[in-house]
Amino acid sequence: MSTIEAPQRAKADRPAVTPAADQPLYASRTKVYPKRVFGKVRSVKWAVLIACLALYYVVPWLRWDRGEGVPDQAVLVDIFNARIFFFWVELWPQEIYFLAGALILGAFALFAVSSLFGRLWCGFTCPQTVWTDLFMFVERWIQGDRNARMKLDQGPRDANYWTRKSLTHGVWVLIAAATGGAWVMYFNDAPTVTREILTGAASTQVYFFFALFAGFTYLLAGWAREQVCTYMCPWPRFQAAMLDENSLVVTYRDWRGEPRGKPRDDATGDCVDCFACVHVCPTGIDIRDGQQLECIGCGLCVDACDSVMGKLGRPKGLVAFETLKNLSASAAATAGMAPGAARQKAGMAARHLPRFIRPRTILYAGALTAVSVVMLGAFLLRSTLDVTVIRDRAPLFVRLSDGGIRNAYTVKIVNKTREEAPLALVLQAPQGFRMVVQDVEADAQGRPLLARRADGIAQYRVLVTVPGGQRVAESTPVTFRLLDAGGRAVASTSSTFAGPRP
Amino acid sequence: MPTKIEKDSLTGTDTTGHEWDGLRELNTPLPKWWLYTFYACIAFGVVWMVIYPSLPGWKGTSGWVAREAVVADVAAAQARNAPMMARLREATPAQIIADPELRAFAIAGGRGAFANNCASCHGAGGQGAVGGFPSLADDDWIWGGSLEAIQHTIRHGIRANESDDQRQSIMPRFGADGLLTRAQIDDVAEHVLSLTNRATDQAAATRGAAIYAEQCVACHGDRGEGNREVGAPRLADQVWLYGSSKRDIVAMISNPRAGVMPAWQGRLDPAIVNMLTVYVHSLGGGE
Ligand code: SF4
Ligand code: SF4
Repeated sequence: MSTIEAPQRAKADRPAVTPAADQPLYASRTKVYPKRVFGKVRSVKWAVLIACLALYYVVPWLRWDRGEGVPDQAVLVDIFNARIFFFWVELWPQEIYFLAGALILGAFALFAVSSLFGRLWCGFTCPQTVWTDLFMFVERWIQGDRNARMKLDQGPRDANYWTRKSLTHGVWVLIAAATGGAWVMYFNDAPTVTREILTGAASTQVYFFFALFAGFTYLLAGWAREQVCTYMCPWPRFQAAMLDENSLVVTYRDWRGEPRGKPRDDATGDCVDCFACVHVCPTGIDIRDGQQLECIGCGLCVDACDSVMGKLGRPKGLVAFETLKNLSASAAATAGMAPGAARQKAGMAARHLPRFIRPRTILYAGALTAVSVVMLGAFLLRSTLDVTVIRDRAPLFVRLSDGGIRNAYTVKIVNKTREEAPLALVLQAPQGFRMVVQDVEADAQGRPLLARRADGIAQYRVLVTVPGGQRVAESTPVTFRLLDAGGRAVASTSSTFAGPRP
Repeated sequence: MPTKIEKDSLTGTDTTGHEWDGLRELNTPLPKWWLYTFYACIAFGVVWMVIYPSLPGWKGTSGWVAREAVVADVAAAQARNAPMMARLREATPAQIIADPELRAFAIAGGRGAFANNCASCHGAGGQGAVGGFPSLADDDWIWGGSLEAIQHTIRHGIRANESDDQRQSIMPRFGADGLLTRAQIDDVAEHVLSLTNRATDQAAATRGAAIYAEQCVACHGDRGEGNREVGAPRLADQVWLYGSSKRDIVAMISNPRAGVMPAWQGRLDPAIVNMLTVYVHSLGGGE
């Protein structure tokens, strides 16, 4: 993660669980019993959790009036009709690159935030974190805090045990069902699909995805938890590339805490070895061991240690969001100093404001801006009415009985709005070129009127003829324009007119 | 074989005893659930192999066959299209064109049916080919380009001898049967060329005009305008079914060729005949 060496601490003195000779190939999971914690970070985490969940569960219920025959859902991915609705925006399949662009934006935003603040995403907004947190809340609420839960698991399998366990799992399943249900709502009209799911009238697909997402919510947030972060998620494996010694990460200020020991012992540092930070950790690690892959940067250990420090009347921030650069600066400044207020002061004085403007953050911000500008530009310039023309290839041209030449074109009008008023088609071509559109009416000037299908594609076959006797080049550029009732060109496209080789 | 299993000082984990240039590998056990997931996958694979045809000679217990799945899919698609096909069968081509939904369906289906049945002679886009395969994309119709005429041609064919209503035109073999002399044929050819102002020998063309008036007018008309009743092509235009050079024309007068088109009624569903009618009509705009 950085060029700075990780604090050397003897882990080796921990006893090996099993002797080397018969170490198992497969280890069973050591269950983590995270303890409840109060504090600033926890409050922020609650707020973020509520906001994220509210967003997820409520968004499908937002309505948006789109008129006749179209779903009135503000955010809807309509797979069957191949449309994505997002408030006033309606995306067609060929505009799916907006989705890709949004994902790219998300990735760059993630890079930028990670380089500044470390694993903010992992610890606060990642769905795995949010739902696990929610499930842990339920668990604590029904089975009690860390000690009570450990006792319950070790105790007899009595009525109390089964009641609490089944109650916990029951609530988990309910939350999981709500989660799976909400997922399905993003792809179906929310009120309708809810009614259908509840009355058993929904399609197999709906039930399948409902069950899939509900099942995985239950499995991942209820059972897999920290294992998702440590074994399954690829993100912790390569996020190190985004962080450097100037990123804010959760750290233990070892220069201040070590040597840990009894609070009354003068020779010890500020860490009283109370394990509060370890017990609250949702991934079950000891932050005092330094930066670790398992740490999701949730900051709960910060709250835990701060409350211990508060009780002891010592300055907070033994475990804190800190840059590794400051950590080593403090360590260097306090090297050889005895524990105590002087060491604490010297260590804190050696710190600097984290450098937020660095080549990598500039790079990420630049990429973020560039992609945003491109996306915004593409979005603002996106046309809701397109005309495309495909010239027949076989035959390239047709010789008519009077010796004239005719080309056939397929004109498609892609209309992404609900507007249906017909448009007049005009041909811009050299003198003598004549255009005929099959089976349509003409306007007062004799121009063919093409209907546009509301939110659809209308297709016409257009024949362009040059009379016999007129010379035509092998290829002549022609332009098709669509005019609205006011005579304004609303779309145009060019093609060529093919003639025989002279 | 691993030799030096020792404890890593930083992590407290055993090493595997393998060492590469001083790098030692930690022996971190995989989690159990990982193992069970692996077992579950194997079990799933075994069950799958039993149920589905997985090995040569093994049909699987479910009796699932790819071919039958395709047949079922095709049947489902046909069932889905059945109401539309029924409407297409009942409607006249004019009615189909008047109904946008029916028309779009007919043109889409007609394109496919054309590619399957007609394109081998008339070309992928109906462009035809010199030598007896009329272009369907131009404005020249030997038997008429109205919807009804096209439908009739498709149904009954041309010289197919399959239907009493077939299109039938027979041009006498003026040369082969000795009806005209070689010189006369040459003169008539010059006259035919003059109909489109391409004659090179005016004297011959004038001589030919007299013969034309005797032998050809009945079918091809006074000024070579042709006659659809008998399928006599127009001669006074730029579209030449069998070529426009003098040689081609002489050959046609001496020993005419006559193309054959099968009658599609009875071979194709009436709905498909209607689709083809509408599609062919759309190619060159019909009449
Ligand atoms: S070490 Fe601290 S910040 Fe990291 S996961 Fe554990 S509690 Fe959260
Ligand atoms: S909570 Fe603070 S004092 Fe307690 S063990 Fe952790 S770092 Fe040390």
